[in-house]
Amino acid sequence: MMKTKKPFFSAKNLTVTPYAVWMVLFVLIPIGLVVYFAFTDANGTFTLENLSYIKRYAETFWLSVELALISTVICLLLAYPMAFIIAKMPTERQGSAILLIMLPMWMNFLIRTYAWMTILENNGIINRFVGMIAQWLQIEFEGFSMINTNGAIVLGMVYNYLPYMILPIYTVLTKIDNSLIEAARDLGSSSVHVFRRIIAPLSVPGVISGITMVFVPAVSTFIISYLLGGGKTYLIGNIIENYFLGSSGAINYNVGAALSLLLMILIVVSMGIMNHFDKDSESVGGGMIV
Amino acid sequence: MKKIITFALCFVIVFSFATVLAGCGNSYDATINVYNWGEYIDLSVISEFEKEHNIKVNYTTYDQNESMYTKIISGSADYDVVIPSDYMISKMISEDLLAELDFSNIPNYSYIDEQYKNLAFDPENKYSVPYTWGTTVILYNDKYVSAEDVAEQSIDLLWNEKYAGYILMFDNPRDSFGLALKKLGYSMNSTDKNHWAAAAAELQKQKPLVSAYVMDLIFDKMISEEAYIAPYYAGDWLTIYEQNENVKCYIPSEGANLFVDSMCVLKSSKNKQAAEKFINFMCETDIAVRNAEAIGYATPHTGAFEALDASVTGNEFVYPSKEKLAETEVFVNLPQDILTLQSNHWIDLKID
Repeated sequence: MMKTKKPFFSAKNLTVTPYAVWMVLFVLIPIGLVVYFAFTDANGTFTLENLSYIKRYAETFWLSVELALISTVICLLLAYPMAFIIAKMPTERQGSAILLIMLPMWMNFLIRTYAWMTILENNGIINRFVGMIAQWLQIEFEGFSMINTNGAIVLGMVYNYLPYMILPIYTVLTKIDNSLIEAARDLGSSSVHVFRRIIAPLSVPGVISGITMVFVPAVSTFIISYLLGGGKTYLIGNIIENYFLGSSGAINYNVGAALSLLLMILIVVSMGIMNHFDKDSESVGGGMIV
Repeated sequence: MKKIITFALCFVIVFSFATVLAGCGNSYDATINVYNWGEYIDLSVISEFEKEHNIKVNYTTYDQNESMYTKIISGSADYDVVIPSDYMISKMISEDLLAELDFSNIPNYSYIDEQYKNLAFDPENKYSVPYTWGTTVILYNDKYVSAEDVAEQSIDLLWNEKYAGYILMFDNPRDSFGLALKKLGYSMNSTDKNHWAAAAAELQKQKPLVSAYVMDLIFDKMISEEAYIAPYYAGDWLTIYEQNENVKCYIPSEGANLFVDSMCVLKSSKNKQAAEKFINFMCETDIAVRNAEAIGYATPHTGAFEALDASVTGNEFVYPSKEKLAETEVFVNLPQDILTLQSNHWIDLKID
C-alpha cells in the first residue's frame, strides 16, 4: 500500500497550530531566555556566578516556601468541607453558591488586598470594633497588632487563593458517581467508611490541582508581602522583582533570572511530587489544571 | 443561570463595540505617551490639552525614578515625555537617552524662574524644563509626638524608640540612605563605602521601630493616624495636612534633600514636536497654577507663583527660605559600584 502523506492543512493541524504557536512564543521562548540569562553575565559570557546568589538568599527562599505551605494547608482545611457542603446542596443552589465564591474575584486582586490593609490596621475595622466592645464592657484593650506581620501575609494569601482550592475540589466531588456511594451503603458501610474508602480517594485529583494552584502563586507573590507585610519582609518574589525593576538602584537580569529559575525548578519538582500521589487514583474529569 | 450569562455576554459585546465606535469618531493628529509620577498632575489638564491641540495623550505613572528608568531602557514601551528627578536626569543625559529640546517650540520656558535653570544636572539646560521642586521633610502627628521630641528638628526622630511601630520609612533606597547618611553627618552623595556600610547599619538599627516601608501608601497611613512619624516630600505633606491638621512637619536640621523634577523628551520619541507642545502647555500660567494647586509641590513657574494663594507661597516648608535651602543637598548620579553596593545593602536590610 502506498504511504499516504498527511496534508499540511489538515483539520488537526489547523486546530493545533494556534496553541503550538502560543506555547512557543509565551512559554518556551521565555523559559529559554530565563535559562540563558541565568547562566550568563551582563556581557553575555557564560558564568555560574549568578547561582551563588541562591545561597545568599536561601533563607528568604525557605521563608517563602514556609509561608506558602502554611497558606496551602489552611486553604485545604477550609476548602474541603466547603466544597463538600456545596457539592451536597440541591443542584439548583450549587450554581449560586459557586457564584458567591467567585464574586470577590470580580474585583481586582490589588484592591481586595488593599481592603485587608484597612481591616487589619491598628486603627482598622477589627481593632475599632473590638475596642468599642471593650469600652462598653469597660475592659482594657490595647489593640491587636496584625498588619505588617507574617501572619497578615499568610492571611492575604489564604483569602486571595482560597477559591482556587474550592473550585477543583468541588468539581471532582460533583463528578463522583452516586451509585458507588449507594452501593457502599447497601453493603453496610457507615458514613465515615464511605468517605474514607470512596469519596476521599476519588477527590484526590481535585485536591492536588487545588494545592498546586494555591502553592504556586503563593510562593512567588510579591505584592501581598508588600502590602500586608509593610515592605519589611522580602519574599523571594520581592527579591526577583527588585533585580528586574532595579528599584534599589542596580538592575541585574542575570541574578533575577537565576533566582526565577530556581523558583521554577522548585515548583516543577513540587508538582512532580504531587502528581506522584495522583498516579494510583484514576483521574476524574476536570481534575488537573496545570 | 444560562440566561444571565447570555445577557452578560451580549452586554459586553455591545459595550465593546460602542467603545470602539466612540474611539473612531475622534481622529487625533498625533499621539504622545506621557510618563509621570503618580498623583503629580491635575488630570483635567490632560483632556484639555487633547482638545486644544488635537493630540492624544496616553498617560501612565510610576512611583520611583529607578523603575521609570528600567522601563525606558528595557525598550518595552515608547514614551515621549518623562518627568524624572535631577540625579536621574543627569544619568539619562550621560547615557544619551534624552533629546535636546527645541526651545522655540516652548516659548513658555521664559516663565521659569532663572534660579531653576542651568542646574548642575543639566548645566546648559538643553534637555529639561523644571516642573516642580521641593525638599524632603519629616512629618509628625503632634497629637502623639511630644513637643520636646521635635524641638531639635532632627532626623533622629525617625530612630526614636518611644514611637516604635509608628514610624514609616521611604521604600526607596536613595531617600532612605540619604537620611541615614545625613544622620551620621555624611554627604548624601558620599562615595565612601565605609559611609554606606555605617548608614546600612543605621537603617538596620531602625528596622525594628519601622511600621512599614512605603511610598504613596504614606498618604493613607498618616491621614488615618496609623503611623505618627514619616519622612516624605514637602508638597505631599501639604496634601496630607489638608486632610489631617494634626500632621505637622519640619525640614531636618542636619540638612534635607533638595530635588527638582523636570520635564524631558526621550531621544526615542517619534513625536518630538507634539511632546514639546505638551511641555509648553504645562508651562502656561493657568495650567501651571492648576497643577501646583492639585499636587501641592513648589512651582518654579514665576507666573504661577504670583497667581497662587499667599498661604501656599508663604508656607515655610513648601517654599523654604534661602537660608534653609543653603543647608540642603541635591542628589547627584552615583557611580555604578556605589549603586550596586546600595542595592545589596538595601536587599540585606529587607531580608534580615
